[in-house]
Formats: sequence, structure tokens, C-alpha cells
Amino acid sequence: MKILVSVKRVIDYNVKVRVKPDNTAVDLTNVKMSMNPFCEIAVEEAVRLKEKGLASEVVVVSVGAKSCQETLRTALALGADRAIQVDAEDGLDSLSVAKLLAKVAQNEAADLIILGKQSIDSDNNQTGQMVAALLDYPQATFASEVVIESGEAQVTREIDGGLQTLLVTLPAVVTTDLRLNEPRFASLPNIMKAKRKPLDVTTPAELGVDVGSNVTVLSVAAPAERSGGVKVASVAELVDKLKNEAKVVS
Amino acid sequence: MSVLILAEHDNKSLKPATLNTVTAALDIHSDVHVLVVGADCQAVADAACNIAGVSKVLVADNAVYEHQLAENVSKLIVEVAGEYSHILAPATTTGKNTLPRVAALLDVAQLSDVIKVEAPDTFVRPIYAGNAIATVKSNDAVKVITVRTTGFDAASSEGGNAVSEPLAHVIESNKSRFVKEQVAQSDRPELTSASVIVSGGRGMGSGENFALLDGVADKLGAAIGASRAAVDAGFVPNDLQVGQTGKTVAPDLYIAIGISGAIQHLAGMKDAKVIVAINKDEEAPIFNVADYGLVADLFDAVPELETSL
Ligand SMILES: Cc1cc2nc3c(=O)[nH]c(=O)nc-3n(C[C@H](O)[C@H](O)[C@H](O)COP(=O)(O)OP(=O)(O)OC[C@H]3O[C@@H](n4cnc5c(N)ncnc54)[C@H](O)[C@@H]3O)c2cc1C
Ligand SMILES: Nc1ncnc2c1ncn2[C@@H]1O[C@H](COP(=O)(O)O)[C@@H](O)[C@H]1O
Repeated sequence: MKILVSVKRVIDYNVKVRVKPDNTAVDLTNVKMSMNPFCEIAVEEAVRLKEKGLASEVVVVSVGAKSCQETLRTALALGADRAIQVDAEDGLDSLSVAKLLAKVAQNEAADLIILGKQSIDSDNNQTGQMVAALLDYPQATFASEVVIESGEAQVTREIDGGLQTLLVTLPAVVTTDLRLNEPRFASLPNIMKAKRKPLDVTTPAELGVDVGSNVTVLSVAAPAERSGGVKVASVAELVDKLKNEAKVVS
Repeated sequence: MSVLILAEHDNKSLKPATLNTVTAALDIHSDVHVLVVGADCQAVADAACNIAGVSKVLVADNAVYEHQLAENVSKLIVEVAGEYSHILAPATTTGKNTLPRVAALLDVAQLSDVIKVEAPDTFVRPIYAGNAIATVKSNDAVKVITVRTTGFDAASSEGGNAVSEPLAHVIESNKSRFVKEQVAQSDRPELTSASVIVSGGRGMGSGENFALLDGVADKLGAAIGASRAAVDAGFVPNDLQVGQTGKTVAPDLYIAIGISGAIQHLAGMKDAKVIVAINKDEEAPIFNVADYGLVADLFDAVPELETSL
């Protein structure tokens, strides 16, 4: 079984996000960037499947400008075998990314495609579902457990009401939720080894995919600030305020 | 130009998230239709017909659709999509699972978590865990949108008189099968539509201690929520998680107990009308958004709160 994992380079989840003064975008200059946390979980899951002898190869792919090679190297250090950068401008919309990923998945004849459920920058939560639709593959999104058995994946999904388990035939698309696993840290020797693992670069044109979007961003603004309120000295004062000032408790 | 909404339901009852989505749809256009896909779901279809502002309800009622698998539902929506300028679903796990598939099949973009309709082609949505608000314009022929329910009031569930129309064509994928479901049972209000929420974090210390919140929640008729740390630690199940990657809530009152206030948590609850924080660390960031902050040990404060309510 060959696994394709897609990883995205995003602002580090600990960074305090600032909107540019001209309200066109979020300011990314000199900001720490990292692998999207859900993608780390995707890489970890694939590497574990390989370690269990269930996968023969783990290929990681990222769509973006040259800097996403850093993210691919991180994935290689975590145990992926080979990397592909689809060289394109950062910030393509999900449909374009999905078309590129679907094409790579076809070229690679991947049996399992693992993506994060959501990028923490765009908060889209859609690319995996789109890849599945484009390839007419089944999908198991928001996975908290993946069991591979005789050509099928049994996946437990985190849904609003609780947990749901699906059985999907391979090839399939899985997107990861936070509790699927706890990603390892890359060891220094593995970081060194990763430098020598193959990293190929391709382009949307080589993949025969037209990228573009009918969606334009008109503005990006800072949210309305919530003004911190008051500190109360006791439970009695709190209850009094809730009843008589905020009037949310009767 | 008409708007189609994918109804949120469990085959027995229509979920309130559908009502908020109807309001969003009416902000786009006055002709709003609802699609109910399920099994033995006539009660849901009837409820959809009663929603004020809905003019037509399409009903695909078949055993195949019992679990609303995305592979089937997305193709069904694409079959009826021709008539519609907009296709909406609430941004629930079902909506998020299905609508991107619909968009890809239609070769259009999908807009997630819309909180405001500026114009039929222009929408507002939070990005970066709500730390930035984007206004986006779509020139796609069909706009496929998930709606963050906290951004819109609920339409009235009464007063409508929509015609209902069965969809006979059945689509069944043999690539995906339902195995089982563990749905949390609770007598409390649903988290996403509750008007009061009492949430616990890592500070609760254990699953047993979460029982402390029950007394307060009982008195307030509240739902119970949690931070991811509390879920990760196994104190409570995942469906209680509030935040960027959990549920988004906007109750009248949100009481955060033993929760530090990480941005990922705030993303899910900072639109609450009134926020209360109880935390023993006076520096905890949750106090920066709390209307009322109480610096105290929760093991003292929570029992006292219960008795004084
Ligand atoms: C990609 C990603 C997505 C995430 N999504 C979410 C999400 O959707 N929702 C979410 O909540 N988190 C999310 N997180 C996690 C988030 O970053 C924080 O780790 C988490 O919210 C912390 O939970 P907490 O406040 O309960 O725990 P902590 O940060 O550990 O805070 C515990 C608090 O309890 C207080 N406390 C301890 N004991 C007592 C006591 N006896 N009395 C009173 N106070 C006490 C402490 O002072 C402390 O402030 C996400 C993280 C990542 C990386
Ligand atoms: N530019 C990209 N390159 C590689 N993978 C991506 C890219 N954008 C999104 N993805 C994948 O799709 C997942 C969901 O992203 P999104 O739909 O943008 O929220 C991410 O966790 C990645 O696995």
C-alpha cells in the first residue's frame, strides 16, 4: 500500500496573528511558520502504518512556493520516504490545491491519501473532501482511528454527536482530527538523513492542471475586540452581577 | 435564482442549525428551498415545510440515506443543483463533510463558515481561528457555502407552508459503508444551540470532577462544554469540545472554569454575550475576554456558585 500525505506550511499555531494596517491580508513578515498541526498528525499516521508493515512507501506533497520545501523536509525527518513540491504561489484556493493533489495521487497510484482536516490559517476544512470527489474515492473525514484491513480502511470519525465508524474501500481519502495520534519529534540524525531523501519539484503545468479562482478577497480585517470586563471579588458578587447587571440569570 | 439548503437532522427531528441557515439564505434571496436526505424522515420533512420563509422542500427518503454518507448525498445534490444559484448547509460536521464534495463536483469553490451575507456574491467569514475576518466575493455560477450558525438568528420553525416534492432517484456508493455510531446521550440542551454553557478545562483535574459542573448546569439549564485539553485528557468525550477545531458557540452566558483561554479555545466562544471566567491564575488570558472574572480555586468557587444560584 502506498500512502500520499499532503502537508501545508502555515503560520505557527502559537503566533499571535496580526492583520496588515491596509486590511488586505494577515501580516506574515518575520512570522514563525510551521507544518499545519493536522498535517503533522497525517504524516505520523502514515509513518506508523509503514512501521506496522502495512504501507510500502510514504510520499509527502505540498503545494506552494519554494519555502514549503522546509515543511517537506520536516515530513521527511518524521519518516516519510520521498517528497514532491508542486511549485505554485502560496494561497491557491482549495479547489486548485485539490486538483493538483488529485493529479499527484493518480500519478503515484496512491492507495491511501491522508490530509489534515483543516488548515489553521484558512480554516477551510475542505481540501480532502474535494480530492475525494475529484477522484470519485470514498472519504473518511475527521478521523480519530484508522484500521487498515484487507483492502479497506475502518475509520472512526469525530462527529458533532459523538463518534461514527465507516468502512471505506481503498483507494480512499482520510482527513485527520487531533486525537488520531500524538506526532513524534524529529531526532537530529533523522533531520540529517532527511536532507538526502529525494525531493522532486513539479508544476501545475506539468500536471496539466489549470489553477485559478473565481473568489477574490476584498478585505481582511481585525475582529471586533472584546473588552475585558471586571474582576469580581467573590461568588456572591458574581451572582449579583449576573442577575442584576448582565441580567442573564434570573 | 433560488437557494437550496441541506437540512441538518437525525431522521427523527430537524436540528435548529437548519433554522439559522434559513436566515442566511433569506439574506441572499427570498426563494429558499430545503433538501431533506434521510431514511424514514417524513417528520423532518414536515418540520422543514413549517419553517417560515421556506417555499419548497425536496425529500429523498430511502434506507440508503440513513447515515447521509457524503458520497451519496453530494451526488444527489449535484443532480438537483441546476436550478440553484446558492447551495448552503450549516457548518456542522455533516455540512463540512458533504459540501466540499458538492463544490468539487460542480467545479466551483466552497466558502466555509460564513457569518454574514454582504450581497448575494459577497460573504464574510472568519479565518485564522477568528483572529481575522475576511470579506470575499465569488463569481462562481453556483455558490456553495457552509453557514456558521452563530452568525445568524434562527428562522421561526412555525408559520411556513412549503410544498414538498419527493426525489425518487437513489444514489448508492458501494465504496463506503456505515459500521456503527456512538452518539452521546444527554438530557441537557445541545451545545451549539444552548443559551447557557458551563465549560470545564484541564483545571477540572479529572473526569469525576466534571460532575461538579452538573449542579451549576442543572440550575441554569445549561449545556456542558470543554476545552480540548479536557477532552485530550479523557475527562469528557470529544463532542463537548469548544474551539477552532471543535464547536462554535454563542450562548447568552458562557462560564469557563479552569480554562486558560488559548486562542484556539477563544475562537469557539468569544461571541458569547456574557463570558464568566473562574480561574486560580489571575494572569490567565481568559480574563482578557471575560466580562466577569473570578480569581479563585474552582473547587471552592463552583460548589458555592451552585448553592448561590
Ligand atoms: C491545531 C490546534 C487546534 C486546537 N483546537 C482547540 C479547540 O478547538 N478547542 C480548545 O479548547 N483547544 C484547542 N487547542 C488547544 C489549545 O491550544 C490549548 O492547549 C487548550 O485550549 C488548553 O486547554 P485548557 O485551557 O483547559 O488547559 P490549560 O491551558 O492547561 O489551562 C488550565 C487552566 O486551569 C487553571 N486551573 C488549574 N487548576 C485550577 C483550580 N483548581 N481552580 C481554578 N483554576 C484552575 C489554570 O490556572 C489554567 O489557566 C488546539 C490546539 C491546536 C494546536
Ligand atoms: N497548499 C497545500 N499543500 C498541501 N496540502 C494542502 C495545501 N492546502 C491544504 N492542504 C491539505 O488539506 C488539508 C485541509 O486544508 P483546508 O481544506 O485548507 O482546511 C490540510 O491539512 C492539508 O493536508
